[in-house]
Amino acid sequence: MTINLGSLEKIPLGEGREYEVAGQLVAVFRERITGKLTATQALCPHKQGHLADGFTGNGLIVCPMHAFKFALADGTAQGNDCAALKTYAVRLNDAGELLLDLPV
Amino acid sequence: MARIDTKWRKSEVALANGRATDTLRGGAKEMNKQKLVIIGNGMAGARFVEDLLARGGGEQFEIVMFGDEPYGNYNRILLSGVLAGTHQAQDIFINPLAWYEENNVALHAGVRVESIDRENKIVYGAGGVSEAYDKLVLATGSSAFVPPVEGIKSEEGAGYKDGVFVFRTLDDCDGIAKYAEKSKRAVVIGGGLLGLEAARGLLNRGIETHVVHLMGHLMEVQLDNQAGRMLKRSMEGMGVTVHCEKATTAILGNGHVAGLQFKDGSTLDCEMVVISAGIRPNAQLARDCGLNVERGIVIDDGMMTSDAHIFSVGECAQHRGVTYGLVAPLWEQTAVLADRMTERKPNAAYLGSKLSTKLKVMGVDLAVMGAKEPEHDDDEVVLYSEPSRGIYKKLIVRDGKLKGAMLLGDTSTAAGLLQAYDRAALLPADRSEMLFTLSGETKQLSVTDLPHEAQICNCNGVSKGAIINAVKGGCTSLKKLCDSTRAGSGCGACKPQVEELLNFAAGDLVVIDPSVHYYVPGVPFSKHDLIAAIQAKKLKSVSAVFAELADGREDPASKAGLASLLKTIWHEHYEDERDARYINDRVHANIQKDRTFSVVPRIYGGVTSPDELRRIANVADKYNVPMVKITGGQRIDLLGVKKEDLPGVWKDLGMPSGHAYSKAFRTCKTCVGTEFCRFGVGDSTALGIAIERRFQGIEFPAKLKMATTGCPRNCSEASTKDIGLTAIEGGKWEIAVGGAAGATVRKADLLATVSTHEDALKFTGRFMQYYRENAKYLERTYDFVERLGIEKVRAVVVDDSEGIAARLDAEIQAAVDAFVDPWQEAVQPHHPSQFVNILPKAAHVVPPSGGMTRQSIPSA
Repeated sequence: MTINLGSLEKIPLGEGREYEVAGQLVAVFRERITGKLTATQALCPHKQGHLADGFTGNGLIVCPMHAFKFALADGTAQGNDCAALKTYAVRLNDAGELLLDLPV
Repeated sequence: MARIDTKWRKSEVALANGRATDTLRGGAKEMNKQKLVIIGNGMAGARFVEDLLARGGGEQFEIVMFGDEPYGNYNRILLSGVLAGTHQAQDIFINPLAWYEENNVALHAGVRVESIDRENKIVYGAGGVSEAYDKLVLATGSSAFVPPVEGIKSEEGAGYKDGVFVFRTLDDCDGIAKYAEKSKRAVVIGGGLLGLEAARGLLNRGIETHVVHLMGHLMEVQLDNQAGRMLKRSMEGMGVTVHCEKATTAILGNGHVAGLQFKDGSTLDCEMVVISAGIRPNAQLARDCGLNVERGIVIDDGMMTSDAHIFSVGECAQHRGVTYGLVAPLWEQTAVLADRMTERKPNAAYLGSKLSTKLKVMGVDLAVMGAKEPEHDDDEVVLYSEPSRGIYKKLIVRDGKLKGAMLLGDTSTAAGLLQAYDRAALLPADRSEMLFTLSGETKQLSVTDLPHEAQICNCNGVSKGAIINAVKGGCTSLKKLCDSTRAGSGCGACKPQVEELLNFAAGDLVVIDPSVHYYVPGVPFSKHDLIAAIQAKKLKSVSAVFAELADGREDPASKAGLASLLKTIWHEHYEDERDARYINDRVHANIQKDRTFSVVPRIYGGVTSPDELRRIANVADKYNVPMVKITGGQRIDLLGVKKEDLPGVWKDLGMPSGHAYSKAFRTCKTCVGTEFCRFGVGDSTALGIAIERRFQGIEFPAKLKMATTGCPRNCSEASTKDIGLTAIEGGKWEIAVGGAAGATVRKADLLATVSTHEDALKFTGRFMQYYRENAKYLERTYDFVERLGIEKVRAVVVDDSEGIAARLDAEIQAAVDAFVDPWQEAVQPHHPSQFVNILPKAAHVVPPSGGMTRQSIPSA
C-alpha cells in the first residue's frame, strides 16, 4: 500500500516528523546536505524516545532521549544492542509529495 | 570438625594405610633426586614447599612432608574467624590433600614425628613410619604456652580439665565452639592479640566473655600503656569485660571448670576457660636430637641449624636471637631457604625482619611497627590521642626517620608510615602529615581493585567487567570504548575511571583516538583551530562547516556543538539551521521521557509577584499541567506540557524564557540579601536580577548556573556554582568560579574581589566570554577551571595577561545585544511544523500503479 503523506515542505529541512499510517506511527526524515528521504518506526527500541525529535546526518538518526544511534537506510543499531528499526520505502512524486510504501 | 569433608581431611582408613614409605614410592625417575623431608605442614612448612616448587624444586627433590594434623594446610591466622563464625573451616584451607598428590608431595597427614636419627639421616614417625632424608627442614611451629596453674589438668592426669582449652588448631576451635553452646560465661586467660581474637569469637557465639590479663594493659607487646588502656575501653564498649593485672592461680571445679581463683584472693565463676597466654616454639624434637636450641631452634642467615643437613623456618626457628610470631617474617624465611636449596640464589640470606602488623582486633583497626617506646634520649615522640573516638597515634622518630609507629582506631596513614619505616626514609618536617589524611585527599580506592561486577557508569549501568570485556574485544581507544559500552556517555563523571580501566586492561595497546582533541567528533579540528578556520572562511552555518571542513559529511553528533560555537562567534550574524539544534532548543523547552515538555519562565533573581504567580497558576489550570514544581534554581517549573501547547502557554504566561533547557546561562539564584535579612551585607537580589537581565539566554559550551549571596552564610549556595558572588563586609563582592554540586562537587575558586555591582558584572562577563571561547563542548566550568588552573584564569580575566580583556568585554557585550527571547516564537513560529509531532497526511491514497485517485481515508 502506498500512502501520500503530503508536501515534503511540511518537514523542516534536516528534521523528521511523524505520521500516523494504518494505525501505526511512522517517522519520516529529511537530511539536510544530501536531501535523502527515509522512513522508520517512530519509537526508539531503547526507551521509546520519539526519533523524529532527534539529530539526522550522514545517514544516521540519533535518538533525543539517550543518544542511541541507528542507520536510517536499514535501521541497524550503531554502537548499541537494540534491535534494528523497521524501515519503510519513501519517495517523492512530481508534485513534491511524499509517498510511503507500507507492506500490506 | 564435623563439616570438613575428605577433600581436606584424611579419612581414618586412609590414615591407617597411609604409610607411604620409600619402597612404596620408589621408582626409577626418583633415582637421581635428593630426598627432602619437611617436618611440619603448617603455614611455614607448606609455604616453603610452594616456594620450592615455584623455583623448579620438584625436579631436584623428592619431597616428603609430615603433618601433625590430619588435614591439608590451612591459614592459622583465620582461625579466629572460624571461631567467630565469620569463616567456615573449609574457607581457611590453603591446599587440599589433592594438591599434595598433584605436586608429587608425599604427605603423612596426622603422623607425629617422634625422633630424628641425624647419624643415619632418618626421621621416625608415630606408628612405625620412617623416612630417610638428604635434607631435612624443621617447620614445627609453636604451641600454646600453658602457665602452671593449679587444677588445669584433668584428674585422670592426661589432657586438660573439662572446659579448659588452648586456641591453636582447627580442632581446638571446634572444641571451643561446641563447649560454648552449653556455657554461660567464658574467660580468656591472656590479653594478647590471640586472646582478644578468641574473646571476639566467644562473644560472637553469644556467651558472656571476660579477658583476664596478667599485665597492666592489653597487648603489651605491641601497645604502650595509653593505647592498651584505650583498647580496653573499646573492648568493653563491645561487651567484653577486661581484668588487667590479674594472676590466675587455680582453675576451680571438680571434673569440669567452675571458676577461676586469682592471686589477689578474688574468684570469677565461669564454665569454660580459653588459655591464650602466648606461644612457645616447638623445639623439643630438635633439642632431643642434639641440635643447638635456645628459645627456638638456632639458625644462621641461610636458615641452617647446627647440622648442615637440617634447616628450620617459621615460629620454631630463632634467628639472631629473635623468634617471630607473625606471618610476614615466615614468608621471607621460606623464600630464602627455597632460593638456596634450589640454588636459584645460592647466597640468598635472611637478615631478620622489620616487624610490622596491621590488624583488626574485634573491629578495632590497629597498625603497629617497630619500637613502641623511645629508646634513646633524643628519640622524638609524636603523639595524638582522641579518647572519645578511641583514636591513638604515636610515632617514634630518630634522626628524622621512623623507628616505630602505633595507630589505633584510625589506620588511614598506615601504608605511608610502613613505607617510611621499611625504607628508612626521611619523614616530612611537618610530622602531622604522617598522622592524618586531609579530608579532601582521602585516597580513593583504585578502580582496578574493584570487583568485576562493580558498576562504574552509574548513568548507564555499565559494570567493570563489561568495560574490561569491551577492551579485550578490541575497544582500545577511550572513544571506542565509551561508544561501545556507553560507559561515560551519561553525566561523564566516570570517564576518568573508564580511562583507568582502559589503561589497566589494554596496557601498551591503548590507542589515543585523535578525535579526543577535536572540538566535535565529526570535524577534525581543535577548538582553537576550528574557530580560526571558521573565521577565515566566514562559515556562518553548521552545514557550511560540514561542507568546507568535513568533506561534506554531516555528523549528527557534532551539530549541537557547532551551533553553539557559531552563535558564540557570529552572534546575530549566525545563520541558524534548526536541525542543528537539539530538540529542546528547537521548541525552547526541556523534553521529558514521555515527550511532554517542562516550561520554566524566567523570574529574574527568583523575585516574583502575586500577579505573576496568578498568571502561572492560571496557565497551569488552563493547560491541565500535571505538575508544578519549584526548581533547584528557585524557579517555577510547569511539567508535562504538550509540544503543541507550548506557544499558547508562553503567550498566556507573558514571561520570557528561563532557558532551563539549553546549554546556556540558566538562573542566578539569590538570597534575600540586605533587603530583609538581618545578616546581609550586600544587596544580593539586586545584583542577581542585574546579572540575569544582562546575561539571559547567552549560550555556553555547557549549562552555566550562578548565584549571589548577601553574606558568607552562603544561603544561595554560591560556593558551588559555575559563577558565585558572595557579599563580604565592607561592601565588597567575592567572585568565585568553577564550583559544582552535581555529579561532581567542587568548591568554586576565588577569581576576584570587587567593590561595585558594575565591576561584578564586568568580571563575570569577561570570565564568561573566556570560558565560551576556550572550553571544550560540554565542558563545565568546574572542569575548565580545573584544567587551566585558577591562576591562569585570573591572570587573563583580572590582570589581562594576554591583552584580550577589552576584546572579551566587547564580545560578551555583542552576545548580550544579540539576545532575543525565543518564546517570541509563540507569535511567529520559525516553521509551520515547529510544534507539530504528527503531521496530517494528504487526503488521498495512491493506488499501486502510481496513478492518483481522490479518495478519503479514514483518519485514525
